[in-house]
Amino acid sequence: MQDVTYLRPETIQDAVQLYRTTPGCRPLAGGTDLMVMLHAGTLRPQPRAVLDVWSLRELKGVRRVGDALEIGAAESYTGIIRSADANRYVPALVAAARTIGAAQIQNRGTLGGNLANASPAGDTLPVLLAYDAVVVTDRRTIRIDNFFLGYRKTALQADELITAVRVPLDRDVVFRKVGTRAAQAISKIVMAVCRAPARVAVGSVAEVPMRAGGAERALAEGDVAGAVGAVAADIRPIDDVRSTADYRRAVTQNVLRELLDAFTRE
Amino acid sequence: MRFTLNGRSVTYEASGARRLLDVLREDLGATGTKEGCGEGECGACSVLINGEVVDSCLVAVGQVEGCEVVTVEGLAEGTELSALQQAFINYGAAQCGICTPGMLLAAHVLLQRPDRLSADDVREGLAGNLCRCTGYTKIIEAVLSCRT
Repeated sequence: MQDVTYLRPETIQDAVQLYRTTPGCRPLAGGTDLMVMLHAGTLRPQPRAVLDVWSLRELKGVRRVGDALEIGAAESYTGIIRSADANRYVPALVAAARTIGAAQIQNRGTLGGNLANASPAGDTLPVLLAYDAVVVTDRRTIRIDNFFLGYRKTALQADELITAVRVPLDRDVVFRKVGTRAAQAISKIVMAVCRAPARVAVGSVAEVPMRAGGAERALAEGDVAGAVGAVAADIRPIDDVRSTADYRRAVTQNVLRELLDAFTRE
Repeated sequence: MRFTLNGRSVTYEASGARRLLDVLREDLGATGTKEGCGEGECGACSVLINGEVVDSCLVAVGQVEGCEVVTVEGLAEGTELSALQQAFINYGAAQCGICTPGMLLAAHVLLQRPDRLSADDVREGLAGNLCRCTGYTKIIEAVLSCRT
């Protein structure tokens, strides 16, 4: 790590410029993923520089923009949890933020980092899918549906920085995560569901955070049992260190049933 | 670059990409901060940055430029242990001691909250700090004893 250059731009314009012109550069926000991989030397190719976007004012904050809530890419989960607007308009995202790590991780983890790292187990990612969120970058907006292309592969160009995430205000989304314990757990499965429009988004059950198309079609027709049946075929779980494919399939169905029941009771 | 460590201004010259944890221990002699997992899971390396608890293994030292960093060495008032540190002794809340510096800092932040803490608040507030010795009960009792 001694030979990794540390770059700290003062403005988003400087950040974009540095990112474009520095070979082997990786953006660094709260470091909860990147610093682990940097220290362990597991990143391929090995970064030659890190671009610290953590302190960029333009990437902080939670604010209303038209009919969406815009959350800065480098705003911490703690900032989201403390935001009155986030609690009012996107409570499922606040619920997800509360399940990530514990205080130490919530104080540093960011939506921009969760998106860029693109882990299939990223806890906020199914929530963003269920909300039909939009990823804002230095040059364009990307619909979340088009963001995850493959295992840890995103639609971002090599020199493109995430600056914010926009979430519509009028969605009723519910969230549930299943891990080994309540805190500090990486998901065995993680799910977010919107009743209308029908969205069933699941993490840790495929190579990407994914929407379950069959379950959504059944849900759109009001067929709850059909949705619970279909979701097992939609997902592509594997056996790994955290769980098994069989367990994930069974629990995904149970969690979907439970979340849909919660809507019915409302 | 320059930052404040336990109220004292320090300067640092080498790579800003190094872990704050390593700079504290190796360059600045602040070995009270321990390394456990090195992956942000165990909380042994917890420090405060501008009053918020973070894992120092996940922070690039360049990121604390201009910040106030507090380690366990900064909790005592002169040669007097803080009330929380003394409570850890009184309640037998430390055994092997590796988790203790991080526990103390996470608990210190919790005790700054304006509302009166419950045992569940303490469990949640310390959820990022793993202890393999105590079973947590004595740690929670020690923290609760410091409520004002």
